[in-house]
Amino acid sequence: MRINLTSVFVDDQEKALRFYTDILGFEKMHDVPLGEDRWLTVVSPKDPGGPNLLLEPSSHPAVKPFKEALVADGIPFASFDVDDVKSEYDRLRGLGVRFIQEPVEMGPVVTAVLDDTCGNLIQIAHRPI
Amino acid sequence: MFKALADPTRRTILDELTRQNGQTLFEICGRLTTAHGLGSSRQAISQHLDVLEAAGLVETRREGRYKFHYINTGPLQYIVERWLGRPSGPERP
Repeated sequence: MRINLTSVFVDDQEKALRFYTDILGFEKMHDVPLGEDRWLTVVSPKDPGGPNLLLEPSSHPAVKPFKEALVADGIPFASFDVDDVKSEYDRLRGLGVRFIQEPVEMGPVVTAVLDDTCGNLIQIAHRPI
Repeated sequence: MFKALADPTRRTILDELTRQNGQTLFEICGRLTTAHGLGSSRQAISQHLDVLEAAGLVETRREGRYKFHYINTGPLQYIVERWLGRPSGPERP
């Protein structure tokens, strides 16, 4: 069994697409109109055959309180692998991204947590060699 | 306040806030687990933070949608003033 798709609940799909591609650097994979919403996925250009990330609309009434509670406690919804957290942190900060946890060594990994502007916190991590 | 300080996990939380002030619950839990091997649940840490906040040793501030925890050493000042002032009378021989 492999993971081919996972999702984040985003407040605004178009805004999310811009953030996940222009800022984070993913590429759009699928964009299928579905009524008011879209089946909208992105992938990493470093792993084009890897898992798709579905930018799932967060219109279901259960989603908003769920996301707000996670964000208040600083809990990231997803974690993405980067080559170096500190340099990625600097790059993203330069693009105006808000971090709520600066790069910190957390045991075997270095992590940082950013706001995806669509109602989620995202962790970036790398494992120093 | 002494009750709040009596617990080793709560003292460790204050240590970590001294290292980096203004942390989310998630970051505090991560630091306790990785730097101190404390496997307490997130809920348990949240309750420890409530005790520290009730004692005035931790303050929480909401910034937008996020909630950060800050150490407040103000209450410790009273201890210093009460017992660590220079006592009057002859010096200890």
